Amino acid sequence: MRKVVANAKQAIEGIESGMTLMIGGFGVCGIPENIIAALALTSVHEMTCISNNAGVGDFGLGLLLKDHRIKKMIASYVGENAEFERQMLSGELDVDLIPQGTLAERCRAGGAGIPAFFTPAGYGTEVAAGKEVRVFNGKPHILEHALVADFALVKAWKGDHAGNLVYKGTARNFNPLMAMAGKITVAEVEELVDNGELDPNQIHTPGIFVQRIFQGESYVKPIEQRTVRPRP
Amino acid sequence: MSLDKQGIAKRIAQDLRDGWYVNLGIGIPTLVANYVPPGIAVEFQSENGILGMGPFPYEGDEDPDMINAGKQTVTLLPGASLFDSAMSFAMIRGRHVQLTVLGAMEVSDTGDIANWKIPGAMVKGMGGAMDLVASAKNIIVAMMHTNKKGESKLLGECTLPLTGVKCVNRIVSNLAVMDVTSDGFKLIERAPGVSVEEIRKATAGRLLVEGDIPEMPR
Repeated sequence: MRKVVANAKQAIEGIESGMTLMIGGFGVCGIPENIIAALALTSVHEMTCISNNAGVGDFGLGLLLKDHRIKKMIASYVGENAEFERQMLSGELDVDLIPQGTLAERCRAGGAGIPAFFTPAGYGTEVAAGKEVRVFNGKPHILEHALVADFALVKAWKGDHAGNLVYKGTARNFNPLMAMAGKITVAEVEELVDNGELDPNQIHTPGIFVQRIFQGESYVKPIEQRTVRPRP
Repeated sequence: MSLDKQGIAKRIAQDLRDGWYVNLGIGIPTLVANYVPPGIAVEFQSENGILGMGPFPYEGDEDPDMINAGKQTVTLLPGASLFDSAMSFAMIRGRHVQLTVLGAMEVSDTGDIANWKIPGAMVKGMGGAMDLVASAKNIIVAMMHTNKKGESKLLGECTLPLTGVKCVNRIVSNLAVMDVTSDGFKLIERAPGVSVEEIRKATAGRLLVEGDIPEMPR
């Protein structure tokens, strides 16, 4: 099974308007930069995007928002993107804001064959509207359903030809979970290595979840809040 | 003299206990990490996948792949670990974190909290806040007692969309330390130089004052 493709353009073949995409990353940390840039060059639109955040104004998912390519967003925090907040408040963009832990678990469940689960998060808030409530151990929980996507677009630090992935630092975040839940999972990596180079003990995402992999290039890796402490 | 943000953070840090795992929300709560009392070792958990979060890096050492929940650059302390978001919220939802500190727009005297949405004006999203307040063993809210218009943020009932119900344990504001009880906000300590009367005027919800109320330790 040949998983390696040459570049982002090849990696996104088959993504069509109207599809549901999962995009990894927390803020702009660990986002699949090359894939998003390649998508922005196509004319796909009416997308439903599942991602924890909405990028910043002119980077990450922000690129797709600017051209109104996204019809619906499922996210947990969109505060860094003023254009996003504007589109949402004006009704141009349909948004489902869901608790971050619920988002993570819904993706994991989607990849793991768990169709639904109960969580205490959001009980008593508008997130619980219309959802079944059940009491466990004297505490109310709400029923949440698994999330899957036509394509899961993830970013990793290293990957091999078998599709195994290793992540670095806090760039891991949602990538392993979304990798499980995509019908087709596309991974861009900073370093693509031969099978046998990655220690099997250190694999974060086993290759079974990954259908396409390519070596990315020219990572920008913006820092949203550069915070430092003085040297003694 | 009411407290400033640093003063609130410093007072909350006095509630830290040795060996605790602690999650700090964005805003004033992050400052708590700067005031861990000597002799106390806690581990800070960051919802985006860090346990054992350290201070901000030195200038020049910033790593874009090492950020906290507020998207600020951070470092790791020896003994730290890194993991994905499902694992992170398993720690939180599974009640392995001893203390959560977060900010609030409103808190009710039954312990409800609203801190994620002002309808029609500000809808940034709840992030991890709902998971944190639904699961935490111990929740301390760091907040200003009144808003910019001088209106109380400590109410009988929240007017803004809720983040969680009946979950707040303690509030540390610029004026006071208060615990949420079945009789409403119980006044525990006054900020230095702040009177009980001042606190009463600034609190719209039920305020329980029993006996002499000490000032916060300096």
